[in-house]
Amino acid sequence: MERRTFLKVSAAAGGALMVPVFGNAIAAEELLNPMARQFKKQLADAALNAATKAGASYCDVRIGRYLNQFITTRDTRVENIVNTESSGVGVRVIANGAYGFAATNVMTMDAVADAARQAVAIARANARLQSEPVQLAPVKGVGEVAWATPFKKDWRSVPVKDKAEMLIAANKAGMEAGASFMQSMLFQVNQQKYFASTDGSYIDQDFHRLWSPFTATAVDKASGRFRTRDGLSSPAGMGYEFFDVKPEHKVRAAGGVTQLYNGGYDIIEDARAAGRQAREKLTAKSVEPGKYDLVLSPEHLFLTIHESVGHATELDRVLGYEANYAGTSFATLDKWKGRNFKYGSDIVNFVADKTTPGSLGAVGYDDEGVAGKRWDLIKDGVLVNYQATRDQAHIIGEKESHGCSYADSWSNVQFQRMPNVSLAAGRKQMTPDELVKDVKKGIYIMGRGSYSIDQQRYNFQFGGQLFYEIKDGKIGPMLNDVAYQSNTQEFWNSCTAMCDQRDWRMGGSFFDGKGQPSQVSAVSHGSSTTRFNGVNVINTARKID
Amino acid sequence: MKILNQEETKRIADKVMSLSKADECTVVITGSRTGNIRYARNAVSTAGLVEDTQLQVQVAFGKKQGTAIINEFDDKSLEKVVRRAEDLARLAPENPEFMPTPDKQAFKESDTFSKNTDAIDPEYRTQVAAYSIEACRKAGLVAAGFFTDQSSFEMIANSRGVFGHQLQTGVDFTCTVRTQDGRGSGWVRRDAKDVSRFDPRAAAEVAMEKARRSMDAKALEPGRYTVILEPAATSDLLAYMFNSFDARSADEGRSFLAKKGGGNRLNEKLFDEQVNVWADPWDKDIPVLPWDNGTMLARERMDIIKGGKIASMNYSPYWAKKQGARAVGAPGNIVMAGGSKSTEELIASTKKGVLVTRTWYIRLVDPQTVLLTGLTRDGTFYIENGKIKHPIKNFRFNESPVTMLNNIEELGRPEVLAGDESQFQLLIPAMKVRDFNFTSLSDAV
Repeated sequence: MERRTFLKVSAAAGGALMVPVFGNAIAAEELLNPMARQFKKQLADAALNAATKAGASYCDVRIGRYLNQFITTRDTRVENIVNTESSGVGVRVIANGAYGFAATNVMTMDAVADAARQAVAIARANARLQSEPVQLAPVKGVGEVAWATPFKKDWRSVPVKDKAEMLIAANKAGMEAGASFMQSMLFQVNQQKYFASTDGSYIDQDFHRLWSPFTATAVDKASGRFRTRDGLSSPAGMGYEFFDVKPEHKVRAAGGVTQLYNGGYDIIEDARAAGRQAREKLTAKSVEPGKYDLVLSPEHLFLTIHESVGHATELDRVLGYEANYAGTSFATLDKWKGRNFKYGSDIVNFVADKTTPGSLGAVGYDDEGVAGKRWDLIKDGVLVNYQATRDQAHIIGEKESHGCSYADSWSNVQFQRMPNVSLAAGRKQMTPDELVKDVKKGIYIMGRGSYSIDQQRYNFQFGGQLFYEIKDGKIGPMLNDVAYQSNTQEFWNSCTAMCDQRDWRMGGSFFDGKGQPSQVSAVSHGSSTTRFNGVNVINTARKID
Repeated sequence: MKILNQEETKRIADKVMSLSKADECTVVITGSRTGNIRYARNAVSTAGLVEDTQLQVQVAFGKKQGTAIINEFDDKSLEKVVRRAEDLARLAPENPEFMPTPDKQAFKESDTFSKNTDAIDPEYRTQVAAYSIEACRKAGLVAAGFFTDQSSFEMIANSRGVFGHQLQTGVDFTCTVRTQDGRGSGWVRRDAKDVSRFDPRAAAEVAMEKARRSMDAKALEPGRYTVILEPAATSDLLAYMFNSFDARSADEGRSFLAKKGGGNRLNEKLFDEQVNVWADPWDKDIPVLPWDNGTMLARERMDIIKGGKIASMNYSPYWAKKQGARAVGAPGNIVMAGGSKSTEELIASTKKGVLVTRTWYIRLVDPQTVLLTGLTRDGTFYIENGKIKHPIKNFRFNESPVTMLNNIEELGRPEVLAGDESQFQLLIPAMKVRDFNFTSLSDAV
């Protein structure tokens, strides 16, 4: 599920601004010095040797250094700038057929070896309540290798002042255009991860991600009404060049109703539009509930994909490992075995990948040392595969893991997490304007809004940021109070058209929560603008006084 | 690092403050030891123990402020963290809304620590998992659960004389029991400061019983129903609403507590008069720290809703000064008054209605009305003539907690509970509510 739980950081913010806390605050200039690779190898070997000596049949070690910077602003003020660092070592073993895990932030050979022995002891204790031994799909050791997110401009080198000024400029643009209040944030992540295992891999990786969400609020005091419009940016697995927006990054929405982005982001331009549109929302027409053909833009549709396809095809959910928290899945093994379960219409093709450049899910190797790959989940509308880790591959007859293992910190154990899951673009040449042309009674939706889905991924309800009426092939006025409610299989089977590759782009989730204790991960979902016929739309306006 | 006592933390805080050259300095030291065990498919999947201690230093030069956090405590590290905070403060833009850290506060200790919980070992955790796993194996059911226990401390201090140190403990247990064919699912949650008040066997029984009874659910037409909402069905709805009790947002016109034409709705009646809610750091069931570490202000027992009227709202120190109000420590718990009836007794007095065990994936649809959507889960039943008639399929709801608290028929006995996504400790009753708005059916079990 997409997390909304944030911790309070700023005392001065009076509870209004929340940012997630990952680690310890440090000075920006210290973020740039990576740990020596040789030192990491020595630490890893200390753990691998200690675990093997204590009787482990398998051991992997993750040495992590997690650096983040968050900037939060409100109107014309910088509320907080936080630099965080968290470093440590997590050791996972298999002993007596069971997993054991222990972690330490003391980066010495002795402490790491102790953690390895503790992990073996925990594995032996867990074996008592184990029903069958853990079975790992083979992976060939790759020796000493390295991988890094491709980026041109390192966020760690950009002065804090420049970043804060960009956010304040966006806030000012929004307020000048009609917003009563603006809040904006910049999340920047660098994960330096070193993985080693008894399979003979020593993998050094360096990940970079960023996201700059904002909210424009327009208030009409006389009527007591207020409306918000959030930014339309998507988080990206790239460097600060994300903000060096070029003409090719700009995407014209159908009917030219607003500006959208792909691969680069003009936060000031979007904030200006948001201020104007938040104000316009105050008087926009409230939607008439009923059946509509929906035209869903990629920076909206990604979240529907995430919830109804991404989570539903996680093999650990299908098997019941998440039953006590996130839930299970309707996409059960019998539906997959039959190779005839119509998840969606014939034009619906979903591909999983850990390789797309610029995506949040791209890796060289996952947290089990498995190289990033790409595979089909749904082909011509039929469920054909799941997302698996090494210990799950045999259950679905795969010879090797899909490379879906991830842990959000050195202190948490890795488990199955979603790769990028994307809807393939249409094969027929089609632009968003051409897609809208055939729609008689519809709604065009952009941006991520409210979202909720049941624990087996059947029934969902989604809102958005911008809604426009479509009547007889033309985009009409802005609508308010729109949410659509459907069932996963029914919804994807109502998919009748999609734009081609030229319109394909990724949205993404920066804080996807799963597991107990809960861990967050970041993942992208691509699509082009897509049409769904006859979807149930509800009106969300209420009176409480 | 071990749990630090008052003297140990004070020594560190004094040293940090003596190193600072800033106009003011605040120090927060927190540490915890958290154990957990997770199981699914009637077997343990993971277990772990995480120890963590950190030191946060916040300094200010005039209206410029900086914060740094570290988890090392040698002299060199203490010096380093103070210099980092000072460097950030010098670089930071002046905050026109900066408020100085408060003067010395009187913190009346609350009873947040239990020796029993502090003494939990890995064997105990394994035993908690074993109770439900073994019982479910025997009964042909499938258990998935998570038990976590925590011992922690928090110390706050500042250069104007504020000082507080206190120990805390807590356990949280959730268990989902499903039938092997996946047609039935039951769930239970238990939270306690003192583990001796937690009975893992009895808790597992509740989830098992709900799993058995929830098989072969029938579909009931969506619509407005009288519902009996167990505490876990309202905890996150209430937490959403109480997160919106910020006075500034209301005064600025961007909250459900904003008044048409300007101002806020303090002292207005928004709910049924049976609704009485307060925060109390010294509550015997859900004690919390007597301070709020964000503002360093002392918490007070305060009415939040009294007889259905808004009795208080949260003021940040800046907004309190601007509006001529008084800022106090933000609440850490929420107590809602209830009655003496058990859930069974509430059912017995219901002619026609729906019993909801819990709600799930709740998200804000419209902040103007706090309209929330979400679903029922793990035990939803149809009630007829005072009895549970049969299980029913889960519903999606679109409902505002404001409307829900207006439509109260009767309140049951309050229970201690942590919300799935709530930062408050809760003591809330089961509620019988009329006209609860179920908008669609879900096939999920």
